Amino acid sequence: MTRKVVITGLGATTPIGGDVPTMWQNALKGVSGARTLEDDWVAKYELPVHFAARCSTPALDVLSRVEAKRMDPSTQFGVIASREAWADSGITEFDQDRLAVAFATGIGGVWTLLDAWDTLKEKGPRRVLPMTVPMLMPNGVAAAVSLDLGARAGAHTPVSACASGTEALHLGLDLIRSGKADIVMCGGAEAAIHPMPLAAFASMQALSRRNDDPQGASRPYDMGRDGFVMGEGAGALVLEAEEHALARGARIYAELAGTSVTADAYHITAPDPQGLGATRALKAAMFDGRIQAEDVVHVNAHATSTPVGDKPEYTALKAALGGHVDNVAVSATKSQMGHLLGASGAVEAVLTVLAVHERKAPLTINLENQDPEIPLDVVTSSRDLPAGDIVALSNSFGFGGHNAVIAVRSV
Amino acid sequence: MASNEEILAGLAEIVNEETGLAPEAVEMDKSFTEDLDIDSISMMTIVVNAEEKFGVRIPDEEVKNLKTVGDAVSFIAGAQA
Repeated sequence: MTRKVVITGLGATTPIGGDVPTMWQNALKGVSGARTLEDDWVAKYELPVHFAARCSTPALDVLSRVEAKRMDPSTQFGVIASREAWADSGITEFDQDRLAVAFATGIGGVWTLLDAWDTLKEKGPRRVLPMTVPMLMPNGVAAAVSLDLGARAGAHTPVSACASGTEALHLGLDLIRSGKADIVMCGGAEAAIHPMPLAAFASMQALSRRNDDPQGASRPYDMGRDGFVMGEGAGALVLEAEEHALARGARIYAELAGTSVTADAYHITAPDPQGLGATRALKAAMFDGRIQAEDVVHVNAHATSTPVGDKPEYTALKAALGGHVDNVAVSATKSQMGHLLGASGAVEAVLTVLAVHERKAPLTINLENQDPEIPLDVVTSSRDLPAGDIVALSNSFGFGGHNAVIAVRSV
Repeated sequence: MASNEEILAGLAEIVNEETGLAPEAVEMDKSFTEDLDIDSISMMTIVVNAEEKFGVRIPDEEVKNLKTVGDAVSFIAGAQA
């Protein structure tokens, strides 16, 4: 008998809200978190992209200065989201040896790494501070969350580019099902709005250049889409073995019914145009959760707003759901908050859980002229999800050919 | 050249920046580890920041001898002389 795994706590800090209630209200309203960057480095380095979606609440408004000093900005966001999710779960007494962490990042401590490199060049090796390594290491966020909560059943950091956050949930589900933990703090964190990653993503033609209209730049499925908008932040979810949650009388949002991870083995950055890897991931997650196509009412799509990326996801959804794909309400929430890279899957998982729990789909903004080759039922105005037993899927795909899918079922 | 009082005040500022401890808690007879609860990573950060502030070099092998705030003040004063 497979252990059933439920979600009992949610946390987030994002460009459209510094906590879950604010983010959710905005996600239903349809707002854009993208803004023109005021930093002097935009002009100094002649960046081709002048905007991004920063977190609406700066980390230093939440953490103390001394606490923040020992954390890369990505870890700061992760710890903020994790604390909110932990408080939300209401867990007070627990066995530390049975609490694990699966907290992802796509890029890791890039601010710390590049600041230290500048310091080395300008001031020499003596000025490179001793906290540099623990702050830049990709597992820094999982380690900080583990320290913060006292989690001793292992602290893991899945790294699979923009699929990382979703892969964290895949790992978390497995840790509980296999009996290695009873509770897992899952999440993803990213803080890469720095001139170097912006230049690098722009160099591969991945970013929108709609500099005169930042709020209209992220437009998944629209004919005018020209790339993604860089976002930042973190999402966190408390996964719990159902019997553990029931024993303490927890509020249960939803069941994490199934997950999967596949690899394209097709190209280092380009998605397989047939969406074969994504199709296998969708089918595997549904099989894992014993889900029929007809059970699925909502999809939080990966949909980053790149010209080449949005279409193969549709092909995959059609292959996995068949004709039922026409009946599914699809939300492309990156239209609102941009692409949070390794955090995106975690934040979108929070939105997917809330969609199932509240029976409402978040909005897709900026869809004015839908690509006729992607005839999905995209949620652009207030939409209720049906009553009864429902399932929602959330997809994430990452450079490297990583595909990760989660399936969330109502309880 | 700074007086011992000036060095103490400067050091207290650095300790406060690193750990959040109130500057007035940083007194000459206080032990960095026992009294101020400063770990080795914070200690090295404080040393590096003190080197920059006071224009001195504190060799790594010397750091373990700086048990109290007073030890650090004397070493910095001696190095500046």
